[in-house]
Amino acid sequence: MVAMPAPDQAVLTRREEIIAALRQIVPGEGVIDTVPERRAYETDGLTAYRQLPMVVVLPSTTDQVSQVLRYCQQNNVKVVPRGAGTSLSGGALPLEDGVLLGMAKFNRILEIDIPNRCAVVQPGVTNLGITTAVQDQGFYYAPDPSSQIACTIGGNIAENSGGVHCLKYGLTTNNVLGIEVVLMNGEIVRLGGKYFDPPGYDLMGVLTGSEGLLGVVTEVTVRLTRKAPTARAILLGFPTSEEGGKCVADIIAAGIIPGGMEMMDKPAIHAAEDFVHAGYPLDVEALLIVELDGPAPEVDHLIAKVEEIAARNGAVTSRTSRNEEERQLFWAGRKAAFPAVGRISPDYYCMDGTIPRKALPLVLARMREMSERYGLGVANVFHAGDGNLHPLIMYDANKPGELERTEEFGADILRLCVEVGGVLTGEHGVGVEKRDLMDSMFNETDLAQQQRLKCAFDPNGLLNPGKVFPKLHRCAELGRVHVHRGQLGFPDLPRF
Amino acid sequence: MPAFQAKDAKQIGEVIAWAAAEEQPLEVRAGGSKRALGRPMQTEHVLDISALSGITEYEAPELVLTAGAATPLAEIDAALAQKNQMIAFEPADWRHLLGADGTKPTIGGVLACNLSGPRRIKAGAARDHFLGFQAVNGRGELFKAGGKVVKNVTGYDLNKLYAGAYGTLGVLTEVTIKVLPKPETVRTVLVPCLEDTTAIEVLTEGLNSPHEVSGAAYLPPNITRRSQAGTVAQSQGGVALLRVEGPEPSTAYRSEQLTDMLGRYGPAALLGESETERLWEALRDVRLLAEPPDRYVWRLSVTPSRGASVACDIARSVDAEYLLDWGGGLIWVSISATAPDAGADAVRTAVRTHGGGHATLVRAPENVRAAVSVFEPLPGPLAALTARVKEGFDPRRILNPGRMYAGI
Ligand SMILES: Cc1cc2nc3c(=O)[nH]c(=O)nc-3n(C[C@H](O)[C@H](O)[C@H](O)COP(=O)(O)OP(=O)(O)OC[C@H]3O[C@@H](n4cnc5c(N)ncnc54)[C@H](O)[C@@H]3O)c2cc1C
Repeated sequence: MVAMPAPDQAVLTRREEIIAALRQIVPGEGVIDTVPERRAYETDGLTAYRQLPMVVVLPSTTDQVSQVLRYCQQNNVKVVPRGAGTSLSGGALPLEDGVLLGMAKFNRILEIDIPNRCAVVQPGVTNLGITTAVQDQGFYYAPDPSSQIACTIGGNIAENSGGVHCLKYGLTTNNVLGIEVVLMNGEIVRLGGKYFDPPGYDLMGVLTGSEGLLGVVTEVTVRLTRKAPTARAILLGFPTSEEGGKCVADIIAAGIIPGGMEMMDKPAIHAAEDFVHAGYPLDVEALLIVELDGPAPEVDHLIAKVEEIAARNGAVTSRTSRNEEERQLFWAGRKAAFPAVGRISPDYYCMDGTIPRKALPLVLARMREMSERYGLGVANVFHAGDGNLHPLIMYDANKPGELERTEEFGADILRLCVEVGGVLTGEHGVGVEKRDLMDSMFNETDLAQQQRLKCAFDPNGLLNPGKVFPKLHRCAELGRVHVHRGQLGFPDLPRF
Repeated sequence: MPAFQAKDAKQIGEVIAWAAAEEQPLEVRAGGSKRALGRPMQTEHVLDISALSGITEYEAPELVLTAGAATPLAEIDAALAQKNQMIAFEPADWRHLLGADGTKPTIGGVLACNLSGPRRIKAGAARDHFLGFQAVNGRGELFKAGGKVVKNVTGYDLNKLYAGAYGTLGVLTEVTIKVLPKPETVRTVLVPCLEDTTAIEVLTEGLNSPHEVSGAAYLPPNITRRSQAGTVAQSQGGVALLRVEGPEPSTAYRSEQLTDMLGRYGPAALLGESETERLWEALRDVRLLAEPPDRYVWRLSVTPSRGASVACDIARSVDAEYLLDWGGGLIWVSISATAPDAGADAVRTAVRTHGGGHATLVRAPENVRAAVSVFEPLPGPLAALTARVKEGFDPRRILNPGRMYAGI
């Protein structure tokens, strides 16, 4: 287990005083301090980690957020922002000596602006809530994490979340036009708006995916996308993952970027089929769902091309959806893959690494070896278009030592992703979960540079500490410039 | 001006470490095609990184390309074309506009200036395709960020920060970008429009349709007359232009649908492949406003539906010509060389009055760029935050100092 920073005893001693001060800022039920009520916030989607927060604060205005942060900065109190608490990397894990800042009350859609294809919303609005508000007008908000019913747009920004459609339509970062953020010192800054590319440094871009470490998002302007008139899916089965992977590569090499392209391995296919009876073939090693969306003539044209590419790559199953119902059925199994694995195993642990797609067969083979060595089953679902792999490790938390073994297995998988040229996380974030693996991808200099960015936003390291970075350095130490004055150290360098 | 010609990242590190110790500001230069962009700098040395050139990794089906930061864009375009792929954000080529014909734009320069083109509305800007890099910071340390895969959230997305930082936060040495398939076919639907406001309606209708428009521009009558593209030049007045790209059956269908849908505004015409290509390239590179070369040229990013109003306001207070792209969200304005403060007050007031946005003085003589804010001035807290970010990457302020803002 990853250890969190030691609590500040001075802050814990002053708990009552701090709570009283916070009540001055956020009146009434906005400050929660009883144990049973705080319990609701003790974990997020990474349930293996739990910690009761010192106090929960639920502000409802930007001004309150600003005052809370300023107070906390002045009083050396840590703050952990939280949206819906669905983070799978422990991004919203509370701290014993910290304020848990819940953004749930920021739940209003402020403006829908169809002529400019955007909406202005508060950060606590759910991802699906945005789409629901605009779908009557033929629009939707494109990034669609599987958790979209529950997760908030503020959390999506913090994690730069993706979904099955993000190869074609982009991640959160490609679909946000503007944000309002409160810095740890209480200052409110607005970045971007209803126009493209904010002036100056792209601080909106760097806040997106910053896992709640740089500022608290209090307003968001998102882009809206016109819904495609048609969508059809093809269900393809392959005898080996090599052939499935080759098919994906050939589809892209043929110039086709599908709306969605998802792969599942045998254990995942079986779990899903047993659960939802989507009609998946059970005798294949790899199942591929390719969805094409757009105007009907384009979709029909591309479907025919994909069918031909699949046949050339040895697909033993090839079924094209003939109607909306069938398309939904093809997806039903994939969408239920997580709960389906949950049915056949007491617990499962969802990993999230990205690999160069060509490494898929190698990674799956090595993962099978590891699975045997650790004595733990693993099922794989794969955003095949962009190489984002979600291995689901099956374990039983009640068996002593099994969670620890699962974590080790998971860490080995992620190191493997890095080894083959990939990365530790494609969409779930580093959080606490992968914090101590950061040095498998980045060296000290890389990490120090990232932390210097943090210093520009939060010099005292009070916003969501203990996440993302394995070692916490003081900003004063990071900021020191070591000057080696003297001769020009490169006599052979031509100067003209 | 003396130039250090670094042959690799290590030498870049040595030069910067020396410059930091001696507090000697450096102008970072690769192809030198955009030296006239930004505020003029008072640097005594040039750090020439043009040796860091060449594609190091490119596998078409992975949609990823890695290259030395000073690799000429032309070399990358050629390699991609062989695999029917492209840099999807359609980076603008401002050489002619900036009087830099003959220079070689590089991928690092394109990223550092966060360039984009008409396809910005559909495919994003350089920032959206920048996946990873190695760079030397202002301490002379080589470090890396991001990755070499298309989907990655490990650590801060420093790619975004470096895109559009104009080399003020570090010297890129190696970059990884996302690449995409080239569309098989492309067409343009041209709708004659007499009024700017009608044009915005046409563009909005096109963009809000399900036809995946990948270019949405408006040329007023005085600009169409100047166009080289036959159909545009022949049209008697202003024209709204909508581009669709994709496989043949798709572009045929979508262009027909758009023509029908917008027919009530006037007789729509369909432009073929080669005319379409020339037209959007001219738009991308601002060729229609490049002459005469002494006029100031501004680039404005605004709320699309307000584009026409912003442009009209400016034209009312100074001698200005303009055209609209991005469905109204991008305005290119050329202003008479006699206008006081290069027209900055007129331009920025108009932007502020119509919902905000930002304006960049892309072309002006050096003395004017020294006196007028080239980039949109930032409000207090944001300016302070920007200075702290600079401090974190380049504490001695030696990398392209003052290129964007004084003191940055
Ligand atoms: C079943 C399931 C399926 C999932 N599927 C996907 C998927 O397909 N794709 C994907 O990308 N993710 C997926 N996730 C992960 C998760 O849903 C996303 O990371 C989501 O964006 C988190 O949103 P949230 O509102 O729950 O944020 P939280 O979990 O509350 O917080 C996440 C992080 O954001 C920070 N934060 C929250 N709000 C703010 C704010 N207003 N300002 C600043 N920081 C803030 C927190 O401090 C924390 O670091 C899934 C999770 C589950 C449980």
